[in-house]
Amino acid sequence: MAKKKETGYLSAKESRRIAKANRKITDEFEKKYKRKNVPESEYLTEMHDKSNVLEIDDLHTYFFTDVGTSKAVDGVSFEVPQGKTVGVVGESGCGKSVTSLSVMQLLQRPQGQIVSGSIRLNLGDKAYDVTNTPIEVMQKLRGNFVSMVFQEPMTSLNPVFRIGDQIDEVIELHEGQHMTKEEIKARSIEMLELVGIANSEGVYKMYPHELSGGMRQRVMIAIALACSPRLIIADEPTTALDVTIQAQILDLFRSLKDRINSSIMIITHDLGVIAEMADYVVVMYAGRVVEKGTAEEIFAHPAHPYTIGLMASKPVVGKKVDKLYSIPGKVPNPINMPDYCYFRDRCEMKCGPECDGEYPHEISLSPTHKVSCYRFYGQQVSDGKGGEQ
Amino acid sequence: MRKYILKRLLQSVVILFFVAFIIYALMRCLPTSYIEAMARQKSMQAGSKSYEEWMEQLTVMYNMDGSIVSGYFKWLGQMLTGNFGDSWRWTVPVLQKFNDTVWLSFAMGLISFVLEILIAVPLGIIAATKQYSKTDYTISVIALAGISLPTFFFASLLKLVFSVKLGWFDLYGLVGRSYDQLSAFGQIMDKANHLVLPIITLVVVSMGGLMRYTRTNMLEVLNADYIRTARAKGLSERKVIYHHAFRNTLIPLVTIIGGSLPGLFGGALITETLFGIPGIGFASYYSMVAGDIPFSMFYLVFISILTLLGNLIADILYAVVDPRVRIA
Repeated sequence: MAKKKETGYLSAKESRRIAKANRKITDEFEKKYKRKNVPESEYLTEMHDKSNVLEIDDLHTYFFTDVGTSKAVDGVSFEVPQGKTVGVVGESGCGKSVTSLSVMQLLQRPQGQIVSGSIRLNLGDKAYDVTNTPIEVMQKLRGNFVSMVFQEPMTSLNPVFRIGDQIDEVIELHEGQHMTKEEIKARSIEMLELVGIANSEGVYKMYPHELSGGMRQRVMIAIALACSPRLIIADEPTTALDVTIQAQILDLFRSLKDRINSSIMIITHDLGVIAEMADYVVVMYAGRVVEKGTAEEIFAHPAHPYTIGLMASKPVVGKKVDKLYSIPGKVPNPINMPDYCYFRDRCEMKCGPECDGEYPHEISLSPTHKVSCYRFYGQQVSDGKGGEQ
Repeated sequence: MRKYILKRLLQSVVILFFVAFIIYALMRCLPTSYIEAMARQKSMQAGSKSYEEWMEQLTVMYNMDGSIVSGYFKWLGQMLTGNFGDSWRWTVPVLQKFNDTVWLSFAMGLISFVLEILIAVPLGIIAATKQYSKTDYTISVIALAGISLPTFFFASLLKLVFSVKLGWFDLYGLVGRSYDQLSAFGQIMDKANHLVLPIITLVVVSMGGLMRYTRTNMLEVLNADYIRTARAKGLSERKVIYHHAFRNTLIPLVTIIGGSLPGLFGGALITETLFGIPGIGFASYYSMVAGDIPFSMFYLVFISILTLLGNLIADILYAVVDPRVRIA
């Protein structure tokens, strides 16, 4: 919507106009979000596949900034099956985190808004469409049915409250109706033990600054798991940790997932983490899913040039190279997205003139493996679902 | 902690020694000399001694004949034995004058301080939680206006509107004309009535800063990762703001507020003078104008002690609200 001048600068008048238009749009969304006593029918929905915990369908999340609308997530669809781990990969700024924050309704408001699409969350007996769910109801889902582990363990815990209080809080909020204070405390300590903290009684009384980064991330995981959520979103849970702690935390995730039988959506730019953890992989680029499939399909037969580039830029143990491969060029500006394939300008496998056409639609290479690239037009495998766009 | 406080107190004593010396030196160097004024006045009387003779006699009488350094140590020695001397301007013992005036200033300061916090902190929080909304802009404009208004201007404005035009309050003084005829309760109400405008002035002028400060700190805290964590837990927005965010905003706020507590005894020099409220600020202003060294010295050293105490309290409170700076 913003018409940018050639110089890249905006005049004050133009900036004001954008701000005003943005305010109008976001106010509308905010109003809808803050409604009270909304009938359940408005956000109740049906899962397309009952075995999925989460179905994201054509999600568009935009940021209405003063320099124009940034399409951070622009038509993302994928699903997280019950009891499975889905890894979302992509470089920084490709919309991974925004997708996960959309699921939690935790976007930076009022600038960040889910503009269209649906996020269907399976709560067992019923399913909610998160995009229509008002904040009142959303608060009952957060921490209870969906919970999140953030990237920065050093700053994600409130520095002025004791660890115990911070875990107690979430248990009390969602399950505390029939529990006494002692029971809640016992459960918190049990959670701390579950995430592998030896001195659980001691840590319960500590403040966050008395713990190391790895310990704090364990506490974050304990908070996330405290109410046995159906879906855990881990937003780069190991990025800020050193490698040995990384492995421990990933092990922890894997063992806990089976124990409470929930699904994990793990977001990372580390392909090693994905290879170790994920059953399904979603590769994102510039706000869109470029390729998705099972871990085996993505790692053994990467199809999209971007995925191939990602694989190539990963260091391999035992292989000596002068310089690590890097994908040439840079990500397009999210405010002014091109109307052709977003990866065209960086692609080293251009197949011909059709690449200048509109953004390629999704092609099914197998029932689970999908890719958006012109190179695979005509290789469609019919599964009854592909090519419907 | 006790060791820390002890260390700080000892440091304060050293600082105080030098501060008092500087104040004493400055007071002695002031162009307005009480002794000169007295001598001139006495020499004017019919059949009196000459100005020079009076000057000589009074200088010895008021103990001002030595050098600044020796005078300072003499003053210090007197003060340490608890003898603060007599006020020249008010012709009563310094302590008595202080006792007469300070409680009025304290009452006024306390009321405006409480009002300031009660108004500024909630408004700052509201402005931060509704950033860039109309509410936020309104509050910010009011805060800025409060900061920018000089005390004397705002006080004059209030006087013009409420005393001259509307006639609701008296223009000047602490008690009304018919004070002596009033009952005990009536006398209190009369005094309270006279304190309304000064307190409004104090609150409006000092409120803006605290409001902006609260807003800035709250905004910073609201963008912190742990606030997102709190939301991700499913806490209500109320709980997130008033429990998780507020406790963190409190850290810088408490230091500012705690630090200004002793200042309540210091009086409000400009406001008290403008409204003719006989508080400690008013008394010290006239003492200084008259060159009353004993009272001014006492008042200024008292203010220095309050400032040092304020800083110490702020640092101690920091440790109380923020577990990260607790000293074992």
